[in-house]
Order: sequence, then structure tokens, then C-alpha cells
Amino acid sequence: MAEVDRSSPRKTRIEISDGALIPERDERAIFSSWRISFFGAIALLILLPVISPEPYRRIITFLPDGILMTFIVTILSIVFALIVGLFTGLGRISRIKIINRIATVYVEVVRGIPLLVQLFYIYYAMGRIVQVPRLVAAVTAMTFCYGAYLGEIFRAGIQSIPKGQMEAALAIGMSRGQAMSRIILPQTIRVVLPPVGNEFIALLKDSSLVSILAVADLLRRGREFASKTFYYFETYTVVALVYLVITLFFSKLVSMMEERLNRREQQ
Amino acid sequence: MSSNRPRVKIIDACKNFGRIEAVKNANITVVKGEVVLVIGPSGSGKSTLLRCVNRLEKLTSGEIWIDEDCLTAYHADIRRIREEVGMVFQSFNLFPHLSALGNVTVGPRIVKKTPQNEAEEVGRALLDRVGLGDKYNSYPDQLSGGQQQRVAIARALAMNPKVMLFDEPTSALDPEMIKEVLDVMLGLAKDGMTMLVVSHEMGFAKAAAHKVVFMDNGEVIETAPPEVLFTNPQSERTQTFLDHIL
Repeated sequence: MAEVDRSSPRKTRIEISDGALIPERDERAIFSSWRISFFGAIALLILLPVISPEPYRRIITFLPDGILMTFIVTILSIVFALIVGLFTGLGRISRIKIINRIATVYVEVVRGIPLLVQLFYIYYAMGRIVQVPRLVAAVTAMTFCYGAYLGEIFRAGIQSIPKGQMEAALAIGMSRGQAMSRIILPQTIRVVLPPVGNEFIALLKDSSLVSILAVADLLRRGREFASKTFYYFETYTVVALVYLVITLFFSKLVSMMEERLNRREQQ
Repeated sequence: MSSNRPRVKIIDACKNFGRIEAVKNANITVVKGEVVLVIGPSGSGKSTLLRCVNRLEKLTSGEIWIDEDCLTAYHADIRRIREEVGMVFQSFNLFPHLSALGNVTVGPRIVKKTPQNEAEEVGRALLDRVGLGDKYNSYPDQLSGGQQQRVAIARALAMNPKVMLFDEPTSALDPEMIKEVLDVMLGLAKDGMTMLVVSHEMGFAKAAAHKVVFMDNGEVIETAPPEVLFTNPQSERTQTFLDHIL
């Protein structure tokens, strides 16, 4: 899923083919696909309650709690997943065999199990030992899953830094650890920023899965409302539009970030 | 030359990569203050041997001594010895996320725990010395190849090394930039720096080298002062090589 462009050391970039829809950098038309979807969705969210206040106005006042919960789950998960991912990435390139093996097995296992199954599994597996709040189980499962994905991004990022950097750092007397933290990782961060942004968006969308653990996120709130009022179509229309606005907003942010990085490289 | 104590002693060095013998029984001694140039066809093992001198590569057998320290000993304190052995690479290997001054000060700051302002003072003096007094805050990608290589020399000097290793320092450079790097190296040689240089720069050899080592096929074929080796080589292989490059 992550490919490293090694053709020139200075313009190393990681390309990610799956995941969120990222606006094309060279799409400059006024009616770009991003603008149509983003402003179209916002227009609908404004127009629907105006045209048909019942039930849309009620739906829109019911959902914000869920949006907040979706953000809480997403942000907690991405923060922990970044930490897990960094150590997984370092483990994957470790020269200590056992650490390397543990990290690799972890990645293999996570990649082979659907996130939905992981969610169930972690919730009920944790439940056998201690009864944890649903939110904790949800964040744990998301962290566990995305930690592996981010680990692969960190690994690819670290490996994209030319070997001469480590050698030059060792040659002035640095330890491997110092070279990693002072020389290699600061360069890695720039390389991995765009794909990490993509993973953030993917995680945000996947966070809707936690609704099956009855965490009151955006989707769950929608379901609660719909099952009370039987406005299924209307509710899920709004839920979908809200997700769309949020993800499109962040994908624009990621592409702008990517553009800035590229521009700085070209200077 | 202030004394005849060997600063670098390479004794019966062998380095194998799998079944390939890159270096075979090489013996080179560099006395304090001496400049030794290693020449030879590509693939002759000269860069590999140089990389063994700060243990970026491990010898398969043999010994390398830096003054009283045996680099190849099992318990050798590699990091301390590396501090004393400066290395300049063919492809510069500057740290692209740090400014010129940052590149020069990162070693002293991280490895020697020198306070920042002290490290910067020394760093500025070193950049002045390599003729980059106006480039303290430039980043590597804003510098030409020759300028980058001079920053790399300053970076190695910042650790105050006993000996400097140069691995083909000018072969990645455009012709018009070679001189500025060689001038810096000549200056170092004149100031009495002990240097082990892999290079084919004959001008530099004649101007600064005390000894030239010819390597071929992993072996040291001949060692002699430049005026002797270039004009009156003892080995036929040396002669053939010189015919090709001169």
C-alpha cells in the first residue's frame, strides 16, 4: 500500500494509492470535483432544514453530540496510533531479531483481520478480564489497528532516508539512537506527513464502526434518532452529508500541506 | 612532520563481502601529520578499506590502530574512536534538515554535549576557515556541490579529529568546484592534519601527499612518495594504471 520513490534522494515522497480521496494538486478549475462535493454538501445541509424543517431541523440539532464523540474517538485513536506506529516502524527495521519479529507479526495479524472483527474481539476479550468503558475498548481497537498501518508508513519513511545519513551521523560519533532521533526521524516526519494525513481521514471514516459498540458517535446518534422517529432516509442523508463535509475538509487540508512541502522542496 | 609515531596503522587488513575478497592483507601506516593518498582502479577496495578505518565496515581479519586504540578489538569504544576520526564522503551526506551551521554544530552538541553558544562559535570559525563565512544559515539544498563538501569538511573538523578520512571527496563535483574543495584540503594538510585520502587528484597528490598507495584488486601493490610512484613505479600494474589516468 505504501510505495517509496527512491529515484532521487531529495524528492522522496511516499505515494499511497488507497484511502481517502485527496484533491488533485493540479485541479484548478472553479468547479473542481472537490468544490462541487464540499459546497454541494454544505448547501444541502443548509437548504434541507429550510425547505423541510420537519424532520431536518430536529435531526440537525440532535447530531452535534455525535460529531463531538466522533472527533474524540478519532483524535484519541490517532494520537495513540502514532505512538504505537512509531515504535512498530522502528521495530520493523530493528536489527534485534526478536523485536523485529514481534513488530512484523503484529502488522501481519492486524492487516489480516477486518477492523470490525477486531473491534468486537477487543471489546469482548477485554470484557472477560475487566469491564472497560466502551469508549476505551473502541479507542484501543482503533489504536491497535491503525498502529500497524502507521507503523508501515513510518518504516517506509525511515527507509526512504538515504543510507549515507546514518553513516554520516555515526561517523561523527553519534550512537544509533542519537542518529535516529536527531538525524533520521526529523527527516522522516516530512516524508510521512501526507500519508499520515490520509490515515487520519481513513480513521475518521472508520470510526463510524465504533457505533456497533454503542459508543454514541455520529452514526450511532443518527441510528438512535431514526429508530425513535422512523425517519431513516432523512437521518442517514444528514449523517452521510456531515461525514462528507468533515472528510472533504480534512482531505483539502492534507493536500494543501502536501503542496507546501513540495514547494519548499523545489526552492 | 613532528614525530614518527604512527597515527593510523592498518595491519594485514582483510575484508570479505560474502565470497568476494574486497581487501586482501592491506598494510598502510600513516604517521602523525602525514598525508597519504590511496589510488587505484574502481573496485580495487580502496573505499572499503577507508570505511573500515572508522568501522563503517568491519574488518574480516587484521587490525587497525588509531594511536593507542585498537579499533578492531572486541571491546573497542567505537564511538569515542569515531569522534577522533573525521570522515568526508563522496556524496557529502549533509543533513538536509539542518543549516550549514547546524550541520557543523550537531556533532559537538549531541556527542560532546558542548553548550550551544560555544559550539556555534567554533562552528562559525570553521565555516569561515572553509570559506563559507556568508553561508551560516543556508540549507544544504541552497548550496552548490563544492560548498556542500566544504561544509562536510567543517562538520568533520568540528569534532576536533586526530585524523581525517576523505572518500573520493571531489569525484561527485563539477570540474569548476573541485579546486575550492582541494584548496581547503591543501590548507588542512599545510596545518599539519593527518589525512588518509582516496582520490585520483594528481595535482593534490603532488602538492600535498607525503605518500601514495596504489591498490589493485584488494591488494596494496606499491607505496612510495608521489614523485617516485608517479615517475618511476616499481610494479607493472601501477604503470598500466598510471598510463590510463595521466
